[in-house]
Amino acid sequence: MIKLWFKSGVPWIWLNAAAVTTSLIMVIGVLSLVAGRGVGHFWPAQITQFSYQEDGKPLRTIIGEKVETSVTPALMAKSTGFKMADDEEVLVQYLIKVGNRDVTGADFVWIQERNVKEQNDPDDLMVVERREWGNFYGQLVEVKENGKTLATGSEAWPVLQDKISAALVVFKEIAHLEKKDIGAINYGLERLRLKQRKLELENRLDEEAKQDLAAQKADYDVQYKELQSQLANLYQKVRSTSLVAKTDSGSTLQIPLSKVVRAVRPNTMSVFDKAIHYLVKVVEFLSEDPREANTEGGIFPAIFGTVMMVLMMSVIVTPFGVIAAVYLREYAKQGFITRLIRIAVNNLAGVPSVVYGVFGLGFFVYILGGNIDQLFFPESAPAPVFGTPGLLWASITLALLTLPVVIVSTEEGLARIPSAIREGSLALGATKLETLWLTVLPMASPAMMTGLILAVARAAGEVAPLMLVGVVKLAPTLPLDGNFPFLHLDRKFMHLGFHIYDVGFQSPNVEAARPLVYATALLLVLVIIGLNLAAIVIRNNLREKYRALEG
Amino acid sequence: MSELNQQTKATMDLKREAGGLHERWRLAKDATARYAVVIGGLGVIFAIALIFFYLLYVVFPLFLSASAEKIAQYDIPEAATGKTLLLGVEEQNEVGVRFTDLGQVVFFSVATGKTLLKETVHIPDGVRVSSFAQGSPNNEGAVIYGLSDGKAIIVKHQYKVTYANNERVITPSLSYPLGEAPLVVDDSGAPLEKCAVRIADGASTIVAKSANKIRLSHFEKQTSLFSDEATVTRNDTVLDYAASDVRDILIDKEDDNLYLLGETGRLGLINIKVKTAPKLVQEQNIALAGQKITSVAFLNGDLSLMVGDSTGLVSQWSKVRDASNHYAMQKIRVFKVSDKAVLNINPEQRRKGFLTLDADGTMGIYHSTSEREMIKEEMPNLHPVAAALSPRASAVLIQSDDGKIRSWQVDNEHPEVSLRSLWQEVWYESYPKPDYIWQSSSASSDFEPKYSLTPLVFGTLKAAFYAMLVAMPLALMGAIYTAYFMAPTMRQYVKPAIELMGALPTVILGFLAGLWLAPFIEEHLAGLFALLMLVPLGVMVFAYVWQYLPKAWSQKIPEGWEAAVLIPVILVTGWFALTVSVPLEELLFHGTLRDWFKSELGIGYDQRNALVVGIAMGFAVIPTIFSIAEDAIFSVPKHLTVGSLALGATPWQTMVKVVLLTASPGIFSAVMIGLGRAVGETMIVLMATGNTPVMDLSVFQGLRTLAANIAVEMPESEVDSTHYRVLFLAALVLFVFTFVFNTLAEIIRQRLREKYSSL
Repeated sequence: MIKLWFKSGVPWIWLNAAAVTTSLIMVIGVLSLVAGRGVGHFWPAQITQFSYQEDGKPLRTIIGEKVETSVTPALMAKSTGFKMADDEEVLVQYLIKVGNRDVTGADFVWIQERNVKEQNDPDDLMVVERREWGNFYGQLVEVKENGKTLATGSEAWPVLQDKISAALVVFKEIAHLEKKDIGAINYGLERLRLKQRKLELENRLDEEAKQDLAAQKADYDVQYKELQSQLANLYQKVRSTSLVAKTDSGSTLQIPLSKVVRAVRPNTMSVFDKAIHYLVKVVEFLSEDPREANTEGGIFPAIFGTVMMVLMMSVIVTPFGVIAAVYLREYAKQGFITRLIRIAVNNLAGVPSVVYGVFGLGFFVYILGGNIDQLFFPESAPAPVFGTPGLLWASITLALLTLPVVIVSTEEGLARIPSAIREGSLALGATKLETLWLTVLPMASPAMMTGLILAVARAAGEVAPLMLVGVVKLAPTLPLDGNFPFLHLDRKFMHLGFHIYDVGFQSPNVEAARPLVYATALLLVLVIIGLNLAAIVIRNNLREKYRALEG
Repeated sequence: MSELNQQTKATMDLKREAGGLHERWRLAKDATARYAVVIGGLGVIFAIALIFFYLLYVVFPLFLSASAEKIAQYDIPEAATGKTLLLGVEEQNEVGVRFTDLGQVVFFSVATGKTLLKETVHIPDGVRVSSFAQGSPNNEGAVIYGLSDGKAIIVKHQYKVTYANNERVITPSLSYPLGEAPLVVDDSGAPLEKCAVRIADGASTIVAKSANKIRLSHFEKQTSLFSDEATVTRNDTVLDYAASDVRDILIDKEDDNLYLLGETGRLGLINIKVKTAPKLVQEQNIALAGQKITSVAFLNGDLSLMVGDSTGLVSQWSKVRDASNHYAMQKIRVFKVSDKAVLNINPEQRRKGFLTLDADGTMGIYHSTSEREMIKEEMPNLHPVAAALSPRASAVLIQSDDGKIRSWQVDNEHPEVSLRSLWQEVWYESYPKPDYIWQSSSASSDFEPKYSLTPLVFGTLKAAFYAMLVAMPLALMGAIYTAYFMAPTMRQYVKPAIELMGALPTVILGFLAGLWLAPFIEEHLAGLFALLMLVPLGVMVFAYVWQYLPKAWSQKIPEGWEAAVLIPVILVTGWFALTVSVPLEELLFHGTLRDWFKSELGIGYDQRNALVVGIAMGFAVIPTIFSIAEDAIFSVPKHLTVGSLALGATPWQTMVKVVLLTASPGIFSAVMIGLGRAVGETMIVLMATGNTPVMDLSVFQGLRTLAANIAVEMPESEVDSTHYRVLFLAALVLFVFTFVFNTLAEIIRQRLREKYSSL
């Protein structure tokens, strides 16, 4: 019976179907894993207080968020060195995020459930997000200003919230001053230095020029002093207030509000409060700079860098890709050579991306960039300008990498256009250029669009070549800012994909950074899936259109 | 009428003229556009070709042979100041130095031989120089004069570089690190027949042979806190060693080991870490009968001795740890340098190369790791007296018995690399046996770079193999089902969904593999194996049961939707396999499966291993293979399948005997393209393996691939260094490999398309 069944081949069909199903489950599994972990990160978790006692040790309190639970069977726990009682079947452990890295030295602890004497979620537990040392978990004792107590006990909380929002306003001002104004002055000073060096090199640094430079420099110095005093004032203001809090070990800690981003009591928050908090955190994630070696805060510079790089790449890759495709399809004589070229172009899409990175580093950065520096920027030697990885080279390298995608896609579009249309246009007296420009290319534009979108999607997710030609873990300045010439092609930039790699693998505190990496990954996945879906939709529309045309 | 005609004609002419201008403008535009497109198109194609040629251009110098060019020849400067004991060249190859047996030091221009400076080392009256040696470490420029009254003088030659008017000026000078007065080594006043010194800021060691004894004097220099005066204290030890035949004394730069080499090859290795109690570690004969030792020198790093003998062989002896963890000198390789005695061996100061001179006047430059003969120059009828190799190994000075010094310029950029050192086992210094090792850089300049690409290629293929093992069955079976059995409505969604998987950035897959999958698999190892067995089994059982289900049920699911029905089945069996994982391990292996592997089979377990890479990279490769294979199967002409079915074949028979057969070239090319992708994938392997370049087939061990290696090391490698070029070579290997594979696949696909259209 079974033999017959096997002979009919039906089981094999089922097995093949299982392969598709498995692949599908894998795709959906990966997407939901990323989505689940990425989305959940910003939701404020309950803070729990544990009374915890290990064998032969005094009772202690642990305050923190429960991050993970692990269940180990007794035998295995024994083999890893845990003492297990005979009647215990499993060892349950919790990973608790306790924060307070400045006090305890570690953000996370593993505790065993059997040692937990009591656990509850008191309302007065708060979590303070700080600019240094990660989160703080504990109870608020009082709020101080210039050493004097402003409020204690239950009144302290609202006062603290007021003070924090006041401090944040000041802090914003400080950030603006430091980044924008002082940044501009530093940039100006650097330009002056380069100008002086340039004049020196050209032997044109006469007295007049010197005075001119000195005057400008003095100007900047005056501005700088003024800003400096403003800054000092602001800092004074923001440093004067601080909060005093009790940690789980009972010690108190004074945290100046200048180091505080926000303080919340998640245990008292309603779902609505939590939702608001969630949104605020998401906006912060998308729009702020990273803090604490990228493990906290936002990823705005990485988003910005990725978008800039992709835009620059599109500007480069589109014309060249389209011209190459038009050449191959419309101008070149079809024959063995074009076939060869087509195969070669096709295969370039399969060449490992890191090879493009190597090429970009060697050829663009060291050879082209090095020569540009020698010719145009002798004044900044020995510091390289274009002779070092940067935005321009990254964009060009990725343009080269995605060129095959655009060429292939555009060519496909051109090939789909019925030759009757070309012939018709030519017969009416149009030149080849006019035919191309007025009929063929517009008709092929969705195909170009598809190619470009696919290229963008590929470029946005590519990391290996960028590691060689311009991405850094933390760029001090964005490649686009208010200082002339506004677009700084020589600057290094941050990138979402590299951010994931860097924070997930090179960060000093991987455990703490992990949720952020999931969130970043989710963002990247959404962008790329969105782009790909767009390409698919455009491609389908295109097919529909030509089906009509052919019929 | 005719007038009217004329008029019309005139207007028409006029019009035509105007039109002609426009026409010409249009044609001009057309022609310009044509040229622009042709130039642009060819330019793009050229740019693409440039990648290949640029990689080749960077790699090429690795395989160029070195060259030496004689640039000057002049009489020995200040020949009257005595016989040359030692020649030297400073870093910039501008100033040479000659030490003579009368205690004179002559600095001269390397280019012209003109004397720049003459210094005299003060040797007391009535005393002569009885021995002389270069100090250790050899880049310090110290030398020692052993005197006939049992004393010694240590002198250092040094060079100061200044820039005056943008021109480099090099000022040579002498200094006395242990004072200008001769240091007493042998209290009895017997002449120092041989001597050696190792100098350092605080303490220096002199080892000398006098009156058939080996004496070790340790000088400690203490600077008083309050004055600049330095007091030197001396500690003396006489070694218990038969010294009569000792011809060479060498102290390594660490001041730990003393090597005494006798004329007939007796080599004593003495540990002098404790200066007052030197310990003989090993004594052995390193020469064959009839051979005489004619020269010896440390290779850079002082880990091995290069020993030249009377038969023209230079052998490398290195301290190698044996099985019982004892160090012993062992011959790790031999160079046949000449037929005559090797008179002089001069090590390079920054690489593992050395210069040899033989009795016939042949100069050779060799590299030890790559076993390459870089340069061989013959100077017939000249017998060399002394030779110097500059610190950058780019200039050679040779003094010969015709009273001339010849200077050579050497161009020897990449001696470390040979086909042998890239691909074969190499016996590196202080390694117990020849091995394949990739270890490209270290903080120390004495480091022997180990550029074996074999472990990287091995890692690449290993990762690709496991990835294909995961991807091929899933992708190909999936393609078969999707293209041939699946309902069109479902196919419409399934195909893009799986293709979308290919668009997922690999950095995300790598991140998940490294941070989520690797720990997960570590915990559920048994579950994974259970999954592999249970899921197909579960599917089979379900399929068998399915046919006996009431028709009312099974007919609700139309044909071609089996894959959708299977979703819960696979989820449940998968979940079951993973939940029983831990109890299963406990039951079968009394602990974790990992421990069992380790204790029972001796297989170690890395958390980030080939299994994790295989799954993650398999995931990345599935869409590539799936998409191409599906296309190939789907476009098999319908009349073939219909014909087969009409003749009574079952769908499965049609599939296997007709469709697969016809589409097999397409499937083959899909696999090849998938393999190409797996080989070049960077981020997944970078993140999901430990990046350890080990050669271990075990699925539980990590690996390092060519691509990941490039990504890790490229940003730090110095431009145009050997390391840089070797990394380019790795990139070129990847490029060529994937290009060849993809081209083959593409050609096969094109053939297939032609075949289909003719069917």
